[in-house]
Amino acid sequence: MNVLPGFFFYLLSAIILGGAILTITRRNAVHSAIWLIVTLLGVAGIYLNQHAEFLAAVQVLVYIGGIMVLFLFVIMLVNLDEAAKQRQFNHQWTIAVGCALALMAELAYFIVKGRESFRFGDTGTGTLNPDAAVIEFLKSCRDIPGLGPGGFLQPNTELIACALYRDYLLPFEIASVLLLVAIVGAVVMAKKEI
Amino acid sequence: MVPISYFLVLAAILFVLGVAGFLFKRNIVTIFMSIELMLNAVNLTFVALSYHLRELNGQIFVFFVMVVAAAEAAVGLAIIITVFKHRESLNVDNVDLMKL
Repeated sequence: MNVLPGFFFYLLSAIILGGAILTITRRNAVHSAIWLIVTLLGVAGIYLNQHAEFLAAVQVLVYIGGIMVLFLFVIMLVNLDEAAKQRQFNHQWTIAVGCALALMAELAYFIVKGRESFRFGDTGTGTLNPDAAVIEFLKSCRDIPGLGPGGFLQPNTELIACALYRDYLLPFEIASVLLLVAIVGAVVMAKKEI
Repeated sequence: MVPISYFLVLAAILFVLGVAGFLFKRNIVTIFMSIELMLNAVNLTFVALSYHLRELNGQIFVFFVMVVAAAEAAVGLAIIITVFKHRESLNVDNVDLMKL
């Protein structure tokens, strides 16, 4: 009986939820950002747990290394001293808590109602089935042991690269255009005068 | 082994925490962080289902969600800086010109 996956799941869940709760309750925005980083690290750990190694690396590099550093820079640029002294929660916090609880009940209802649909086969063997053309291509690139349908398939980055540059080429290019537009928009908005 | 529903419940709780933070915080930077929490909850669902269904497409979706999150953070933080320059405050209660 292997207890380690369960142990890591509960540990990472505790980290994620604790970090999230502290993120939304801390008074100081810098502390919130630090706790959000803890949460994001926990999510990266769950990705590793789920055999999504590439996404775990991207989570650490892009989210923590990029977005959260941007957040911290903005927090340093703007003066938050008096904001930390003020009341943290706005007037409609009762309505907000009600909305959140209603959403929670809704999600719980759906998950309980649809739990039969979640039995898609045996869990936890960790294989992702790519199509045959991708397997052939990867095998032609280099010798990967255990690659094939049903085998322990863990060239996760290679598989994502294949899917991204082959099947999802147009969305990939659109995403790059979106990033360009975002860069231009951010510069235009943050600049004093154009 | 951990069943998939545990991951979905974890993602649901994370999403609800993000929604709660979004609704009742007054600091606009923290509201942005709540949005990141919600995006991460959705990503968690994608990855859990991708692993469970042995499909790579969910992970590709997560990649694109991360791209959109990066773009959103860049533009949003630029908006925050502009709002701060004009209003000297990050309180969303002071930025309610469009409120009915």
